[in-house]
Formats: sequence, structure tokens, C-alpha cells
Amino acid sequence: MREIKYAEALREALAEEMRRDERVFVFGEDVELGYAFTVCKGLIDEFGPERVFDTPICEQTIVGVAVGSSMMGMRPVPEIQFCDLLPLCMDQICNQAAKLRYMSGGQVSFPLVVRSPAGRWGGFAAQHSQTLDAWFMNVPGLKVAVPATPYDAKGLLKAAIRDEDPVLFIERKLLYQIPGPVPEEEYIVSFGEARTHREGSDLTIVAIGRMVGIALEASEVLEREGVTATVLDPRTLIPLDKKAILESVTKTHRAVIVEEGPKTGGVGGEIAALIAEEVLDSLDAPIRRIAALDAPIPFNSALEDSVFPNAHRVVEVVRDLMSF
Amino acid sequence: MSEIRKISESRLRELYKRLLMVRRFEEKVDELFRKGKIYGTVHVSVGQEAVAVGVAEALRADDLVIATHRGHGHCLMRGADPRLMMAELLGKATGLCGGKGGSMHIVDAKRGMLGAMGIVGEGMPIAAGVGLALKMQKREQVCVCFFGDNASNGGPFHESLNVSALWKLPVVFVCENNLYGLSVPLKKTSAVEDIAVQAKAYDIPGIVVDGMDVLAVYDEARKAVRRARRGKGPSLLECKTYRFLGHSRGDPAYGPYRSKEELVAWKKRDPLLVINKDGRLSPEDVKEVEKEVSEMIEQAVRYAEKSPEPDAGTVLEDIYVQERCSPS
Repeated sequence: MREIKYAEALREALAEEMRRDERVFVFGEDVELGYAFTVCKGLIDEFGPERVFDTPICEQTIVGVAVGSSMMGMRPVPEIQFCDLLPLCMDQICNQAAKLRYMSGGQVSFPLVVRSPAGRWGGFAAQHSQTLDAWFMNVPGLKVAVPATPYDAKGLLKAAIRDEDPVLFIERKLLYQIPGPVPEEEYIVSFGEARTHREGSDLTIVAIGRMVGIALEASEVLEREGVTATVLDPRTLIPLDKKAILESVTKTHRAVIVEEGPKTGGVGGEIAALIAEEVLDSLDAPIRRIAALDAPIPFNSALEDSVFPNAHRVVEVVRDLMSF
Repeated sequence: MSEIRKISESRLRELYKRLLMVRRFEEKVDELFRKGKIYGTVHVSVGQEAVAVGVAEALRADDLVIATHRGHGHCLMRGADPRLMMAELLGKATGLCGGKGGSMHIVDAKRGMLGAMGIVGEGMPIAAGVGLALKMQKREQVCVCFFGDNASNGGPFHESLNVSALWKLPVVFVCENNLYGLSVPLKKTSAVEDIAVQAKAYDIPGIVVDGMDVLAVYDEARKAVRRARRGKGPSLLECKTYRFLGHSRGDPAYGPYRSKEELVAWKKRDPLLVINKDGRLSPEDVKEVEKEVSEMIEQAVRYAEKSPEPDAGTVLEDIYVQERCSPS
């Protein structure tokens, strides 16, 4: 199979969906030139300035425009250039897009997709390196996708654009230039279906976004030590494939969750609680969460290194877990 | 007398009836709230009716409205069934939103009442989005966005006026300036007295109009609507008005933050008096209209009170269009 980069896979998804459905349009800050992460680059050449256009810097209104236009039957895909800016449009995402359908008794719906990159980029410091996935897991009415590979990025974005509900599509900056196999033919990755990247019998590592690669790297080291891990990526946080997580943990009897956001109030806490509530009896060891430190992301690269999880930390935690 | 004052007597009677519909509907809502029959809170627009009625008069049936948390009048003026509205306010299954929206979120999408927004100012970017869709779809409809005076102090006001003007969107922004944001007077929150002057910053028309005079509102609204429909872009229409009752939850009309004298002075300019200042409607006309409207409101209350409570199972409905959210 051909290999393309994560950013290219996203661009292909946008282009294919724009070709398929003339209601789809993309807009945001610097999308015409394809800044800052090249996902939208070149789309304007094929689709023109009516369907690919720059906006002022006004995140709240960028998403508000998507809310209003989606309600009128359009399929807006706004880009919020860094996920650290999502708090500026949180009202439109969480109070408007996610709630107005319910409050109207189902009279209106909001088929919009807000795309935004999250996580480490390298030296971008505390306002441009955050991972805010967990903030949005607490919002009934919203769907949240976090793709980890080019294949999933393309398939999930196509599914998100076809979805009738509002989707927050959180990408990862450090994944944009990573290649991976992506078929040339049309495919969709359905929401709510986890992907098992490898199967092992000793523990389950649930990994989100960029942490999937780190979990896979760690599992190779562990395998050499005779420990085999299942690496499971939920791919969408809402809906969450609870069944896949619980089934895997029931088989392996140990669970580790790895995420790029801070530990307190994080995605890992939710998944750990799910496992504890549903299958506590099948556990042979405590559930462990590996996450960023509860610190703002520092500028200095060594300090930055120390905040984020890495494969070495995963290996150490798993070794400890195997001692139970 | 301006051109607009020459409307036919039958039209004048109809406008009077609409003003009275909003008035009686909301007085009834206030009464039901005080009796404990309406749960939560209500924000009524008694005194402000000329804005909803005057603007609605300038709209076509297929035009669209985004309203505020004080949106009963806007919804009624889109032609919503008062029975279904009252049922919604009582939280009943037959209500417009199945009892899930209530007073602050009354919606009748089929009639172009797209949403009443509980969060101040947040309807404005959404209205810009509705306008953008109308433009992209090459439709000749217009979206009216109502908002209160204090919304003009927030970011969404400026962002929305900017993009709407920049992209020449078919939106009319209607400020219902009732002089108070909850208990805080406008002079304590806004650096300008006339919100409409801020239109200048976005190079669009900003018009101040007497919001107690339904014909004056209609006159200016139709110009703004015509401009929007012709692809010339948005306008900011500021209607100076006053709420005769408190902010919400049945709080008093005067007392802690505004004087009785101020209220009495504004009541002399009651939209129901102003519309008939020329005496074109006879006392008999007025009496007849009063009877028609009272019957309509009583019917609405009877319907709402007799309606069933929502089924408990509906609590998990309408969260998603594609309900399959939890595979487990």
C-alpha cells in the first residue's frame, strides 16, 4: 500500500468530501495558504475562494459561523489553528453546537467538524502545546475524534464530515509529517470503534493520539523482555468504544492508559474509572495512568521532554505493573 | 405623517392585535410563574412588544430569526402556535421543544424561529453563520438577530458585525436596548449612549429608532431587510425600549435599581398607546381585539395545562441525530 503523511491524509479527506458534497467548505485563519500545518494547502486551487477562505482572527465567531451555517444545511469544516485556542470558542462548541439540538427537542442539528491540532510541537511553550482532549469529553451532544495514524486521520475525518452531529476533530502536531499506509480507494473509519494495533496477553495499553506510537515503541522493548502487550487506540473519545477496552482488559488482566494531556482530570482517569467500575474483579494489578505532568508546557526542550510521556516511562510503569 | 403611518386600518388593527398577543401572553406567563406553575425562570418582554412586532412585519414568511433569552415575542411573531409555546413553558410533552428548552430556549424551526439563546450575545456569530449559508446557497432570505443592549459589550457583537459586514451577509442585527443588563444600567456598562453608533466602526448603517413605536420600528426594519435581501450586507438597528416588569423570576418592576418615576414615564409611551395615538382604532375595535386575544391565550393555557408531562425515556433522546454513541 502507498504511504502518505498524516497531513496529506487529512487533505485528501477534505478534498474527497468536498468533491462528493458541494455543501462542504473549509475556512479559518490562513487556510488559503495552508498555514500553519499545511492540511488545507492547495484546496483553494481546486475548490475556489467560496469554499476555502480565510477569516479574521476571531475563534469564537469562526465556530459560531459554523454553527449557524450547519443549522442551515451546510457542512462547515472550520480550522482552529491551535487547540489552545479552543477555549476561545468553547461556548460555541459546548453550549451551542452540542446543546441546541437537545434544547429544541430535535428540531435543529449541527453537522459541523471543528478541526484543531493539539500536543507538543517543540518549543512552542504553554499556550501552543496543550492537549485539551479531556475538557471536551465532558460534553454530551459533542463527538470527539483523535486520530493517531494517517489511515485513521483520513477515514475518521471523512466519517466526521458525513456525521449529522457536531464533531471536534483533534489532530496532533507532531504526527502531521509522519507517513503511514493509506489505501487509494475510498474508505471510512466509523466512530466508536477502537483499533487494536497489536495483540499481547500480558497487559492492555490504551493509548490516545501520538501516544499510540510511543506505546508501540514501548511494547517492542517489553516484548524483548518477554512481556506482550495489547495496544488499543479508542480513536474517538466520544463515542468511546467501552466494549473493546473492557474485553481486552478482561483478557489481559492489566491496564495502562497513556495520553499526552495532563493527568489530573484527564482522559486516562475516565478510562481507568470505566475499567474499575466494570471489570475490577478481572484485574491482577492496579490500573496505571501515564500522562503529561500537571505543569504548563515549558519552553526549554529538556524541561519540555520531562513533561511529556515517552516510551521509557511506559516501559518502567509496565515493569512495575508486572511485579504484581 | 410619514408614508408608513398611512397603512390601512385593517393592517393597523392587525398590528395592534399582535402587540396585544405578545402582551397578554407574557402577562399570563408572569402570572403562571408567580403561581408556581412555571418551573425555573422566565424573562418576559412586557413593554418591548413593538420591537418583535415591528421587525416581524418587515419579514417574509421564509425569513429566519435568532432570538435572545427574552424571546417569547419573537417566537410568537414568527407565527408559532401559542398553545405549543405555552405547553413548552410548562415543560409539557406537547411543547415546541418537548419540554427540553423552556422559556429561555424556545424554538420553532419550521417557522424560521431557529433558536433563542440563553447565553448573552452568542446568537450573533450563529446569525452570521445563517447569513453565510443563505449567501452560499444563493437564497433570498434574511436572518434577523435580536440581542440586548449589554450584548454589545461582548466580543461576539464586534466579531459578528465585522464578518457580516466584510462578507456582506444578509443579516439584520436588532438591538433591543431596554437600558438595563439585569440590574445594571447601560450607562455603567457601555462607553457609548447609542449602541447604533458602533455600526460606523464596521462601515454599515446604524439606526436608532423609537422602540415603543411599532410603525417606526417596521419602517426602519424594512429598509434594513431590503438592504440585506439585495446583497448589500447587514445593518444595526437599535430600538430604544423598556421592560415594564423585572428582569426575571418575577422580580419587581422598580425598586432596587430603577425608580417608579422612570417606569411611569416609560409607561406613558406604552406601544399599545403609541400605535393608536391618532385614534384610528375605535374603542369598539380595541375591545374586540382584546376579546380575540384573551380567548387565544386562555385556550393556550388550557391546552398546556391538560397536556401530559414528557415520558421519562425522552431524556436521552435528541442528544445526537445518530444516537449510536455508546457501543457497549
